Amino acid sequence: MESAIKQKPAFLPDPLAPVCKMLQACIQCGTCTASCVNSFAMDQTPRRLWRMVIMGQKDEVFRSKTFALCSSCYYCTLRCPRGLPLTEAMAALKQIAAKEKIASCKSGTLFYTSFLESVRCHGRVSEMEFMTHYFIRMKNPVAPFKYTSLGMRLLSKGKIAIPLTKKKKGPGSLKALFRKVAELEQLS
Amino acid sequence: MKYLYYPGCSLEGTAIEYNRSTQALMKLFGVDLLELEGWNCCGASAAESISYLLSMVLPARNLAIAEKAVKDMDIKNEILVPCSACYLNLKKVEIKIRSQPELLKKINTVLNEEELHLHGNIKVRHLLDVIITDFGPEAILPRVKRKFKDFLIAPYYGCQCLRPYIIFDDPEAPRSMEPLIEAVGAKVFDWAMGGKCCGASLMNTKKEVGMELTTAILKQAKGADAIITVCPMCQMNLDAYQNNISKRCGENIRISVLYLPQLLGLAMGLSKKQVGLDLNLTVTQEVKAIFNHYC
Ligand code: SF4
Ligand code: SF4
Repeated sequence: MESAIKQKPAFLPDPLAPVCKMLQACIQCGTCTASCVNSFAMDQTPRRLWRMVIMGQKDEVFRSKTFALCSSCYYCTLRCPRGLPLTEAMAALKQIAAKEKIASCKSGTLFYTSFLESVRCHGRVSEMEFMTHYFIRMKNPVAPFKYTSLGMRLLSKGKIAIPLTKKKKGPGSLKALFRKVAELEQLS
Repeated sequence: MKYLYYPGCSLEGTAIEYNRSTQALMKLFGVDLLELEGWNCCGASAAESISYLLSMVLPARNLAIAEKAVKDMDIKNEILVPCSACYLNLKKVEIKIRSQPELLKKINTVLNEEELHLHGNIKVRHLLDVIITDFGPEAILPRVKRKFKDFLIAPYYGCQCLRPYIIFDDPEAPRSMEPLIEAVGAKVFDWAMGGKCCGASLMNTKKEVGMELTTAILKQAKGADAIITVCPMCQMNLDAYQNNISKRCGENIRISVLYLPQLLGLAMGLSKKQVGLDLNLTVTQEVKAIFNHYC
């Protein structure tokens, strides 16, 4: 309790504040935890994580891998007796971790930003291009092998287009939209 | 009859057979699918993990051009989406902007960069919803050319076409595919995993955990001849790692994982090629034998 108070000085902008607002009505009933398919792998149960967010325990929240293990199955959101947007709260924590470059979330964040880079440039995802991008940025020479056998099988079925095929009637670059989103997010 | 159609990125890549079989099946119902011109990626699970606003803007761009398209083509205000992940991303925007004018305003500030504007009058519909609500067994039965007797099918719905928005099925105990399976003469495999999670994008970011989920589902499917899905991500997760999982758990869990329109299409007279059966990664010998026998 004491450390929680220490960590939450009222005069500093708290990145957890908007998430805290989403969770305020939590009654700690544990329905979310009982419904979560991934709780077996989580270091903190969802119910505990919400408590930590509400108490402003930022370090503990981001030391936990719980939110990175949410697979967006929406069971908790469906069942929460207070009707709280829990899957979105997990996503909001992923967003903060990405923004604050939390080390333990690095590989997940890299995966998603590489994916979005492909979308930003072409409007759609080119699986081959974005995986290459991801592996280069991971700087992990062994990582591609985790995917090689699947990649080869997909290639043999003609399911991965290389090089990037010119998409008919595609949207082209979405750079202007991405730029505007970044600009508005900076303001808020 | 015409529907505006949003295939999404997977259906152009890893799930071509879903695209092919969906188009062919709808044709049998007398439906033309008109692909939304200039559609973009919905953001998948990536956008919501990085930026909330981006996760709203990417689907919103599609809805904005869809609104224009249905007007120009004079067809109903709906867009048909076969991928459950795309469906939910688009549906979220459809539903949120109804009650959040501030959000809509913000989205439009961004869309304005491309001189687009979202009003919010288009309805997003999942392929399964369209098949059961607009057509259903009544439309299938008279068109069935082959009855797959003794074919035992496990219907798998996954998450995002069922939850969090309750639109066309029970979000905890889904059953909407059952009458369709019965309409083609097959039997429904009784199991409790139909609405459970396949691990979704954890397969990319936390593979060990994702594998646990798919293993649990595949183990429970033992006894069925095939699993039927309506989502490319579910199909890939259940289909692609079977060798690996069999080795890990020391039992053979190999099973064919087909798309719903592949099964319906085959029963309604389409050829294996027309439904892209050669493109699924796993089609077991048993299932090949069943299809060879009937088709
Ligand atoms: S189900 Fe809802 S109210 Fe219950 S512990 Fe979880 S978040 Fe809190
Ligand atoms: S949405 Fe995420 S946190 Fe909620 S039950 Fe599913 S995996 Fe768990």
